[in-house]
Amino acid sequence: MQSLSKRAKVLEKKPMTLAERAYLPAIFQGLSITMRHFFMKKATIRYPEETRPFSPVFRGLHVLKRDEQGRERCTACGLCAVACPAEAITMVAGERKKGEQNLYREEKYAVSYEINMLRCIFCGLCEEACPKAAIYLQADKMAPPRYERDEFIYGKDRLVEPADPDKRSKRGIQLTPEQASSLKVQLQTA
Amino acid sequence: MAKITFDGIEVEVPDGTTILNAARQIGGSVVPPAMCYYTPLKGSGGKCRACLVKVAAGSAKDPRPMPKLVASCITPVQDGMVVENTTNQQVLDVRKGIVEMLLINHPLDCPVCDQAGECDLQNFAFEHGVSTTRYEEERRTFEKIDIGPYIQLHMTRCILCYRCVYTANQVTDNRVHGVLGRGDAAEIGTYIENSLDNDFIGNVIDVCPVGALTDKTWRFKSRVWFTKPVNAHRDCSHEKCSGKVTLWYKGKDVLRVTARKDEYGEVKEWICNECRFERKETADWILEGPAHIDRSSVISANHYELPVLNAQIIADLPESTVRELEQNPPLKLGGFNG
Repeated sequence: MQSLSKRAKVLEKKPMTLAERAYLPAIFQGLSITMRHFFMKKATIRYPEETRPFSPVFRGLHVLKRDEQGRERCTACGLCAVACPAEAITMVAGERKKGEQNLYREEKYAVSYEINMLRCIFCGLCEEACPKAAIYLQADKMAPPRYERDEFIYGKDRLVEPADPDKRSKRGIQLTPEQASSLKVQLQTA
Repeated sequence: MAKITFDGIEVEVPDGTTILNAARQIGGSVVPPAMCYYTPLKGSGGKCRACLVKVAAGSAKDPRPMPKLVASCITPVQDGMVVENTTNQQVLDVRKGIVEMLLINHPLDCPVCDQAGECDLQNFAFEHGVSTTRYEEERRTFEKIDIGPYIQLHMTRCILCYRCVYTANQVTDNRVHGVLGRGDAAEIGTYIENSLDNDFIGNVIDVCPVGALTDKTWRFKSRVWFTKPVNAHRDCSHEKCSGKVTLWYKGKDVLRVTARKDEYGEVKEWICNECRFERKETADWILEGPAHIDRSSVISANHYELPVLNAQIIADLPESTVRELEQNPPLKLGGFNG
């Protein structure tokens, strides 16, 4: 076909030189590159046995914090959900009943709190919006891969941190040693 | 007729009009905020001091400035008056002080409060206040009283605007609540255990500028910005009830029913308790279409109103949308619809 732009280059097919026809030099050249790569530093790691260090500002899996008395901080105000650009957060609020004062910090609490980790883009706007310092994105945890889609909808069972001071998340307001010890006593008596 | 200059804008209003209403005729951002004044309620206003303005010239005959800032909601205009609101730094500074005063005893429980998102005090503090508090003393608290099955009273949030008292006086035929006590101890109460159950008493919820009086049937159900307001009406058997309401939907559920409010948050047509509390099915209502939400309101978050600039080029727009576009001119892209 005739060229339209007249910019196409016409390739000339020269006959191969003797070295090219001998075949082996090119093979050894290629093999040497392969062998060199055996001894180079590897770009990959053996995940999940090995993990890379996280950056201190990494935004990973969310956590719902508890306060110094082990009560949930979240009051289901909905500011995280309205701030969320991916609309990943949903919640249902409820009124705290008598006798639940040791479970929830405020009069209102989240009966259900769900984050869809497939929608979440881990931007951290929920953390910035939270007026109660309740939600944080942890720097040391990720939402792991799973087989089923519904397993990515994290409810309160997977988001709320344990009351035990030793098992709490490293993000957010931390307990002082006195608060931690008094909470431990409180948890043991209960 | 009297001609006044408000923030450099001349406006002509009938004699006896208040400065605030003259400013509202200009509209836009020059209008002073009002926490206690409520147009449909006679005698309201003059209590919260949020609407203070500077009168730089009293009138054409006596052009001396008024010595102190005046409450624009109760001060009538005079011909030749020159008023400064947003153009006067003193007014803005004093307004900051008013916010601080109103917030002295107001609890910072917006995350819990059902009014958050449509609260006058929240908007007022956001626009004019400072973000920190200097107050260190304990805030006043009250014994909780139950005022009936429909209305929840949170006395700690009350700013004593008296709107609900006027509403009960003027809209219902029997008032059983009022402001008891004086000064710091003043509180809304029923004196003896008494429930508010008049046919029109639900309107106190709409007039309350803060979350002191809220709907018990809506309590903690959702937040206003997760719900979608839809205008609707029904033939109400009550003769005084207009039957024109806004339904607040979440999904398919009507979470609450309120009267329709204008741009200043004022209800022009009262609705009865039956419409407000008992009719929470879509089948009870004739829907008119989505209510317009101001672009600067938090309620507009996650609400996708058609930002149609050229209605003509989109064929087959639903009739309700066309009507909506005619009533509320299209949103300007790239800015707030002020």
